[in-house]
Amino acid sequence: MLSRTADHLYWMSRYTERAENTARMLDVSYQMSLLPQSDQAATAAWRAMLEISELSEDFATKYSAVTPANVLSFMTQDMDNPSSIMQCLRAARENARAVRGAMTTDLWETVNTTWLDAQRQVGQGLLKIAPTAFFEWVKFRSHQTRGVHIGTMMRDEVYHFIALGTFVERADNIARLLDVKFLAAKEHTGDTLAHVEEFYFWAAILRSLSAFENYRKVYRNVITPERVAELLILRWQNPRSLAACLVQVVDLLHKVRNSQSGATELEARSILAELRDLEIHEILERGVHEYLTAFIARISVLSANISHNFLLPLEPESDLTA
Amino acid sequence: MSAQPPMASPTGFDELLMHAHAGDNYLSGPVRAHYQMISQWLREADVDTLRARREEAELLFRRVGITFAVYGDDDGTERTIPFDIVPRIFPAKEWETLQKGLRQRVQALNCFLHDVYHQQHILKTNILAPEQILQNTQYRPEMQGIDVPLDIYAHIAGIDIVRATHGDEEGAFFVLEDNLRVPSGVSYMIENRKMMMRLFPELFAKHRIAPVEHYPDLLLDTLTQMAPSEKRYSNVVVLTPGVYNSAYFEHAFLAQQMGVELVEGQDLFVEDDVVYMRTTQGPRQVDVIYRRVDDDFLDPEAFREDSTLGPAGLMRAYCAGNVTICNAVGTGIADDKSIYPHVPDMIRFYLSEEPILYNVPTYSCRDPKALSHVLANLADLVVKEVHGAGGYGMLIGPTASKNEIEAFRQQLKANPANYIAQPTLALSTCPTFVGAGVAPRHIDLRPFVLSGQEIRLVSGGLTRVALKEGSLIVNSSQGGGTKDTWILE
Repeated sequence: MLSRTADHLYWMSRYTERAENTARMLDVSYQMSLLPQSDQAATAAWRAMLEISELSEDFATKYSAVTPANVLSFMTQDMDNPSSIMQCLRAARENARAVRGAMTTDLWETVNTTWLDAQRQVGQGLLKIAPTAFFEWVKFRSHQTRGVHIGTMMRDEVYHFIALGTFVERADNIARLLDVKFLAAKEHTGDTLAHVEEFYFWAAILRSLSAFENYRKVYRNVITPERVAELLILRWQNPRSLAACLVQVVDLLHKVRNSQSGATELEARSILAELRDLEIHEILERGVHEYLTAFIARISVLSANISHNFLLPLEPESDLTA
Repeated sequence: MSAQPPMASPTGFDELLMHAHAGDNYLSGPVRAHYQMISQWLREADVDTLRARREEAELLFRRVGITFAVYGDDDGTERTIPFDIVPRIFPAKEWETLQKGLRQRVQALNCFLHDVYHQQHILKTNILAPEQILQNTQYRPEMQGIDVPLDIYAHIAGIDIVRATHGDEEGAFFVLEDNLRVPSGVSYMIENRKMMMRLFPELFAKHRIAPVEHYPDLLLDTLTQMAPSEKRYSNVVVLTPGVYNSAYFEHAFLAQQMGVELVEGQDLFVEDDVVYMRTTQGPRQVDVIYRRVDDDFLDPEAFREDSTLGPAGLMRAYCAGNVTICNAVGTGIADDKSIYPHVPDMIRFYLSEEPILYNVPTYSCRDPKALSHVLANLADLVVKEVHGAGGYGMLIGPTASKNEIEAFRQQLKANPANYIAQPTLALSTCPTFVGAGVAPRHIDLRPFVLSGQEIRLVSGGLTRVALKEGSLIVNSSQGGGTKDTWILE
């Protein structure tokens, strides 16, 4: 497959996954903002949304105050924000369009229709009337895109690079979400958190990652931060855990390996091995924030190496002789 | 030495009606046999239903992404080409004549290209003056003496055909233009058929319509035949200028349908006169390039230095015989409008046959006698730039204002050799669905001719229609639409 084709496919699925995760995070923030809480806590939660995506500065250049309406608008439909849901859906579609011949008609039409329908919905003001409905819709379009990918595509390099984009992006997004939420839990709630509030706080995070029922199934017990962390970081059986993402990344890198990707594959294996060896109390002792910061940095290096090994044009000299 | 202009001007022809009638209702007159069924269907159909179907077609085209970017539009709006739901129909016998004429014409044009780039026999006759070729910007000296597989240059030709009544001959076929560089539109031929089958399956049950969807198969076979060396598997690629090109959909469509890679210039490189593409598994040799990039942009080393649309060194690889470029470099010398008037003589010269298809009577303004006639009759003529395309850079005398005509007169005088003139041809009309119902609109036809070991074409083509009442301009950039084209079996 052409390196450029692989690049477009990889980014198509990264943007699709990013749109979905942003919708998930906004949805949980929006729903939590409807619960009784102090103004300070509410503002902090919205500010945290921006921090997750490292967008606080960009936001500040356009908006004067962190209000729910401003953050929602910036994160969903602002075309100046390269990480807004609409920009992600557009970028996914543009990447798909650049290599539409490489995928099944079903997959192309799904990605294209998502973008066309999203424009229509935003045009009709759905975001203002029913933001939750819009976030749900984004999430389900992402499910559908993934389903069409799995259900129609040949199991070849094209398939693998699309999947690779999904899991690299998901690992990054989940780590960022957990980082911000655990920091928020520490700073703004701390030990004074009443049991009921704590329940809603952690339940909302689980729901935002479709892991509430999974939690109940695994632990059959009250919701505690330790168990939430374990389920979302270490439990590879939970498809939206860091470990589950890394299992996929390792497998996919093995399938697409070329003459220069050995070190990248090894690094992915090493990240996964650590996730397998660690116990949750070790992570808590080290500090969740410290652990996740290091994890996000490693994923970022891994991602750069994937680009270098497969996606950027290979140097002719280095390979003709190989 | 100049082309032989003016026989009597051809007159109007309606595809559906036996003869024009004065009644208000277009569909009420006597109808040609092959339009009986459609005419009845149109009379019975309810306007709202037809309108709903047309809107459905527009939505489907958007979902499939059959759109094109408009040059100079920064906001990235993509447009669809309007699709007309009334098909254009040929009976088998008419198509038989047309395709014979097309084969003959394309064969002669390929002979001409081979001759121009080798022995130049034709320049020793009185058909063409040597300077008409050798000083033409479309002539590529780089190609002189270069052998190409099977001596074929124009592997894919899109010949624009219009119909008009010529003397006693009703609806005679005229060639308006030969497109031998990077003709586009074939994807619309296929997508329009798919759309019609989806919207009106009942019509297909009632007619026996020749299929067109196997075109990509014939194209791939033609391209594979052009591989420079016998291999078990030849690597054919489609070269596109990229996603912002107005024909990008077609490039992606053809690559996908043929199951070959769609490449951009940046995906290719040349080493030791061999072309490679960059893949996730390292470089891979390329054997045949179906290029949808103009000659000028193919190779910054040989042509325009600032081009990034083709890899540096491509011409070296091509001349060394390590890769085949389709269509060949330099085909523009055969479809240039200044060469067009001489195609009938080429057919006589190379094939010793009489041309089956007519040329539109044409004045070459480089000829002083023709020029003075053209200047005296600007208001009645269509004047075109010899290298122009897309309906730009032309004057349509009968619809132009006095000022426009005077402005054009100055341009023409300044550089007469840059222009040709033709009588305004009454393009045939065909029933077309417009806001209020069905009305006649002017159409043309672009069939696609593939030349390899044999000359092949699918039974069909792209019918373009001028949607504005009375308009003769069918180009999509200027308000034209398209129709499905039916060849009845």
